[in-house]
Amino acid sequence: MSRPILYAFHVSSCSWRVRIALAHKKIEHDIRVVNIVNRESRSPEYMSKVNPAGQIPALEVNGNVIAESLAILEYLEEVYPQKPLLPKEAIERAKVREICELIATGIQPLQNPKVAARHSTETEKRLEWTEYYINRGFIALEKILNTTSANGKYCYGDSLTTADCVLVPQVFNAIARFKLDMTPYPKIMSIYNSLMKLEEVKLGHPDNKLS
Amino acid sequence: MAETKPILYSCRTSSCSFRVRIALALKRIDYEYRSVSLLTHEQFGEFMKINPMAQVPALVVNGKTLCQSVSILEFLEEKYPEIPLLPSDPFDRAVVRELVELVNSGIQPLTNDSPVEYHSSDPAGQSAWEKHWTTKGFTALETRLAQTSGKYCFGNQITLVDLVVVPQAVNAFKLNIDMSQYPIISRMYTTLMELEEFKTSSPSEQPDYPSELRK
Repeated sequence: MSRPILYAFHVSSCSWRVRIALAHKKIEHDIRVVNIVNRESRSPEYMSKVNPAGQIPALEVNGNVIAESLAILEYLEEVYPQKPLLPKEAIERAKVREICELIATGIQPLQNPKVAARHSTETEKRLEWTEYYINRGFIALEKILNTTSANGKYCYGDSLTTADCVLVPQVFNAIARFKLDMTPYPKIMSIYNSLMKLEEVKLGHPDNKLS
Repeated sequence: MAETKPILYSCRTSSCSFRVRIALALKRIDYEYRSVSLLTHEQFGEFMKINPMAQVPALVVNGKTLCQSVSILEFLEEKYPEIPLLPSDPFDRAVVRELVELVNSGIQPLTNDSPVEYHSSDPAGQSAWEKHWTTKGFTALETRLAQTSGKYCFGNQITLVDLVVVPQAVNAFKLNIDMSQYPIISRMYTTLMELEEFKTSSPSEQPDYPSELRK
């Protein structure tokens, strides 16, 4: 099997999720930079050859492409079972996925700048919208993580899971992009600070431009 | 000790609950239906102890509460594998999951009551918002389905995509979107809604469907 190719961009939070998993599992791969700021993912070439929805990240495996970060994470877990990112037991796996989905459906799509821009032309109203939806998600997440995190280092139990892959970029965005007050979320911050020390997380940091 | 029946917290109007109802029906899982009225904002009351996100569905299995419809669907797939709703090949499974997420994170969260009502208190504004995100998402979905569909959304097997597309299509019909733009999505809807499990899972067949609306 040839090396998978990841279509990604350094500021894409969904790309970061996948890059954490690839690094954690030590999966050798190639990167193709897709500049979403320049709308490269919406180019006819990208949409016809890689992903018709014009999305990143996308993973090309032997000439075939899958998109959607959560689908890619599940694929990597199945095909590269070393250094697992999901527990073994079904209920536990469900709880990890629940955390992933809470962020991936309950927060990320709503705080997307394009969505906020559609809501209002006024910067202040866009920020209010964004903060509302991040806070709504974080309030629920803080409660859940207080029951699932063993020691405040990881979202679930005491090891890295896909939930951590999804958490990191969202918290980063909240802090770096929107300057959200994180005081109400000590558990989220404890886990985030812990994760940000890991090499596999640091590798995908938006400050590290992809080449 | 015998396992107790799973409890599904659901609202008839919730597309995400609809997805799980279809899975339970297809896998022949008997369950207890507990309604949560989104109309009266019941989700913000005691129900928040079940799901702090105040969203349906939630599934309680032997005392353990599971939230997020796609996580529940994956759990049901693992615990009740006899009638599979995912292919067996990992790449095929990834394609199915991609299509699921296209709707699950790309369309549904933006057309949920919360952002619709936050965006506008005026019905025309609300409708325009919902239509925008639905048509944008359906355009992408239709293109992808052209590559993956057979009799159903992925080849000729009913998979999780079908469970997610049908409820979203139901919502699209309510918006008076011109569905002729999406012939594959429309065909999927028609084909799948002929199946007993999809019919019995429909909003109008649920215990919380108002009797005065029944024909």
